[in-house]
Amino acid sequence: MQVFFQNLVGGLQMGSIYALIALGYTMVYGIVKLINFAHGDIMMVGGYAVYWFTTTALYEQMAVVNPALAIVLSVVFSIVFCMLLGVLMDKIAYTPLRNAPRISALITAIGISMALQISAQLIFGSSQLPFPQVIPKIKLEALTIGRKPMFLQEVLTFVISIALMILLQLFVKKTRAGKAMRAVSEDHAAARLMGINVNNTITMTFAIGCALAAVGAVFYAQKVIYIKPLLGSMPGLKAFVAAVLGGIGIIPGAVLGGFIIGIAETFMKYYASDYVDALVFGILILVLLFKPSGLLGKNTREKV
Amino acid sequence: MLNVSNLNVFYDAIHALKDVSFRVEQGEIVTLIGANGAGKTSTLHTISGLIRAKAGEIHFMDQPIHGMEAHKIMQMGLVQVPEGRRIFSQMTVLENLDMGAYARKDRANLPEEMDRVFQSFPRLKERRKQLAGTLSGGEQQMLAMGRAMMSRPKLLMLDEPSMGLSPILVQEIFSIIREVSKQGVTILLVEQNARMALSIADRAYVMETGSIVLEGSAKELLGNEEVKKAYLGS
Repeated sequence: MQVFFQNLVGGLQMGSIYALIALGYTMVYGIVKLINFAHGDIMMVGGYAVYWFTTTALYEQMAVVNPALAIVLSVVFSIVFCMLLGVLMDKIAYTPLRNAPRISALITAIGISMALQISAQLIFGSSQLPFPQVIPKIKLEALTIGRKPMFLQEVLTFVISIALMILLQLFVKKTRAGKAMRAVSEDHAAARLMGINVNNTITMTFAIGCALAAVGAVFYAQKVIYIKPLLGSMPGLKAFVAAVLGGIGIIPGAVLGGFIIGIAETFMKYYASDYVDALVFGILILVLLFKPSGLLGKNTREKV
Repeated sequence: MLNVSNLNVFYDAIHALKDVSFRVEQGEIVTLIGANGAGKTSTLHTISGLIRAKAGEIHFMDQPIHGMEAHKIMQMGLVQVPEGRRIFSQMTVLENLDMGAYARKDRANLPEEMDRVFQSFPRLKERRKQLAGTLSGGEQQMLAMGRAMMSRPKLLMLDEPSMGLSPILVQEIFSIIREVSKQGVTILLVEQNARMALSIADRAYVMETGSIVLEGSAKELLGNEEVKKAYLGS
């Protein structure tokens, strides 16, 4: 029983991270029908942004006065940096391809992915770097399951992720910009006839997705305690699987898929750690074979 | 109010609009009639900025709008209710109406505007919490029109509002168009149902294979032998 709960806690932690990243995939797909394969690398950049900020003189000065504020600021810096990168990526690479065949944008995405990985290698080198302690390693004795108490990191990852997902849902459902996003994802031309600036709405979607990826990056890098140029590729791919599993383009689907993948992976790691990746991609194959529209997706025929 | 001159539009090699020129004056109902594929929808899409013209000019309230982006054109008060309604089916009726008012700056007036739309379309009020995709065809057309009205258009362009509707609903939609016109909204109506369109319009243009072949007052055209033969089926 204790093993079960430990795996469940770990699974929820990984699941939160996958869900955060999967949201970026699914929102962008929902609005421009593009699988942004550079999304995982945006997450990697988020990790490096935190790392870089903690090496600055400004950070060192601040850390003396108020270490907690300094670390929060490094995360905020990373979020803002990733959002700007997302905006730049959309404006430079994807906006000119808005009316191009989808395959052109897909290939561009792979190109951006490589460009980001190589840039990180050039700037920071290809070896692993230690990720700073963003969340203090505190055992929460009050939250003890069996004999093992939970860590603050596990709880924070889950709580903050869930809070962000609720905020995102409120944004999409209630705000004017969020409704415009849904309108654009349904029908670009009709949205333009409503006076909605479709290009800017799409760019905003990229920015939100990238902000969530930056948060995901912090939690992920904190769990594995290092960063490297390829940091984003595996979690990025798995988050993509999560988005497809839940139903690509469907926001609650990304969350559901993220948690399923995270939990399945963590249990698999305990019982047969060699087969973790096989399990995740096996799930992808099964979804594509039996329910390509995903768990929450409606079956629609699509012309290819 | 709206001045279209020598519009030429191409889809790759196909010359879809050939030197199309016409005008709509303030307060008028002008209709553009013609068979399927004559270029009526292309004309509206070009005016709205969804398609770019290769040559020609469009002026709205004495300002050139050819080359402007679609959302900016709409924000000037030149609003289109597109063919096939194009409502947001995954959003509720209320949310669709909200989207119609998306570009409005005077957000304090929106509840009042919504009341006005609900007065014209009481059915929408009953169904305001429903997803728009679950509405019937007639209700969807009403929603598309109500959504456009939320933006307080100066000129409303309607593309085939009668399409796929029963004769009773067509009557209802057309009486609403007349009512909207009485409220001071100028109307450009594209229709295949020439008889209905001519019955409410002040002036009309007839399109054939990308060109305007005939124009005149709606009364004249209703009496015109060629029009009778080709479009009125008598």
